[in-house]
Amino acid sequence: MRLNAQEEAMLAGELGAARKWAIEHQMQVGRMFDADDMVPVSQAHMMADPESLGDAGVELFERFAELPEGERRVAIPMITDPRGVDLTYYDPLGQTEEMASLERRFIAACRALGIMLTDTCINYQTIMPPVLGEHVAYGDTGVVIYCNSVCGARSNFEGGPSALAAGLTGRTPRYGLHLDRHRRATRRYRVRSQPDGLTGWGVLGAVIGRKAGSYWEIPVIEGLESVPASDEIKHMGAAMASYGSTPLFHIVGITPECQSLSDVGGDDLRSEQITQADIDALRQPFGGKGEKVDVVVFAAPQLSLVEMQQVADHCRGKSAHKDTALIVCTSPSVYADAARMGFNEAIEAFGGKVLQGTCFYQQYAREIGEANGWKRLLSNSTKIVNILGGYGYAPSLAPMEDCVASAIKGEVV
Amino acid sequence: MERILKCHSGIGEAVEGEALVADDNFSARYDLDRITGVFSRPSHALAGQSYKDKILVFNTAKGGVASAWMLHEMRSRGIAPKAILFNAANTILVQGAALAGLAMCDRFEDGDVTKLIKTGDLVSVDPQAGRVVVKRQDSSIEAGG
Repeated sequence: MRLNAQEEAMLAGELGAARKWAIEHQMQVGRMFDADDMVPVSQAHMMADPESLGDAGVELFERFAELPEGERRVAIPMITDPRGVDLTYYDPLGQTEEMASLERRFIAACRALGIMLTDTCINYQTIMPPVLGEHVAYGDTGVVIYCNSVCGARSNFEGGPSALAAGLTGRTPRYGLHLDRHRRATRRYRVRSQPDGLTGWGVLGAVIGRKAGSYWEIPVIEGLESVPASDEIKHMGAAMASYGSTPLFHIVGITPECQSLSDVGGDDLRSEQITQADIDALRQPFGGKGEKVDVVVFAAPQLSLVEMQQVADHCRGKSAHKDTALIVCTSPSVYADAARMGFNEAIEAFGGKVLQGTCFYQQYAREIGEANGWKRLLSNSTKIVNILGGYGYAPSLAPMEDCVASAIKGEVV
Repeated sequence: MERILKCHSGIGEAVEGEALVADDNFSARYDLDRITGVFSRPSHALAGQSYKDKILVFNTAKGGVASAWMLHEMRSRGIAPKAILFNAANTILVQGAALAGLAMCDRFEDGDVTKLIKTGDLVSVDPQAGRVVVKRQDSSIEAGG
């Protein structure tokens, strides 16, 4: 890889041990993906929850936090993905003091590094959406796919270590989605069954993700008869990334890099149909109608203010079944707004709990499931039902309204 | 019998171990019980099997970014695979391997690596050279390289 003078200085350790670690990490990754050089990035967003970090990960941050101020501060604005523990509410969930302590250590180290603890996976709705053509280093697959596809920004999936490295160096290896050639469509899909609501858009995304099935396949989608709202395309992208490791999609006439099919090279591709049968097949494992539901979860991605209002409206004046829990995850900034507007109050009067700065599957989902005896989980998020099968849950999928109705009845309606 | 497979140069130091192969995809978050060291996702092709000290062979990586930290965390506790081979890695697993110092290679010249290597084969991986040596007891393997 070609390095400029500043990058050479980092590699030589002249800018401190953290930046040396960072550029060495980036060069290893860059070499594997045949990057020629580095590209400057304007923001970094890091996924780092204590469950995935473990002691070993937190210790890495603490080592850097001990460096002198000039050596440890990140070089560009850097924000965080959801935390694993809501420090205002963890004991009732069955999370332990040990988990909270790991979280507190991590937060202290991040502050020393100048990392802003936004604790959100909807930064594109709440913090600072990137601009068409802007190079960024984002973690969280849902953030990356939204920002690449809907905003036209340029980011690879930057796992926590690489997002941290990008924050420290202000750049990232130029490979994958930073290059025009990897943003062109490789698969072409025609939608024959129109999606409806957040869950409908999520399921469509999941079907396409499963069919495309690789980080290196870029879908272009035709045949949609309506323009999705931000929350709808958020669920679509999050599910597509979850099922397919897909980092970018184009929708003809809707997403900014694809005003026509030829803009992304789609006219040369064979068209595959997305039919009602594909949709039904995806939903089939997530039934459970009539079964007792232990926990209803709204999360993955965190809820926007608009979704918070919708959940609150469904809950207002009603009560959850005594044996069914309801958990809602949102960002700290949305939480504060939702509190001002009475949404949190409506949800909690119903018997639910609004968590701030966490996301259910990133907060020791296995341990809290075991602690609370939760098995049958119901959500409107196609992403979360995909993930939690590996965490000991029996997940069911239903639209938001039906999820709340199920929480009232205590069984999947 | 022995066969040499060439691949793109990868991450980490040379290692040797027993292969555990699946024509399936991989995510540390979605598929593993990282405490006990087994595949826990019921629908995964390797459900119930231990991955500790194995050379894992998959089609590709899937899912979320958490795997990037998890490989490092798994390795710090000594319950980790020795190497992971893919037809095509994604960025997250490569980044995670770089942090963890775990051997990882992809893009094999002779085709589908999940067919070229079988569960139980003794496999030597040299990521820097982009070279994997497969030793098998039964004679069904073709000599080559």
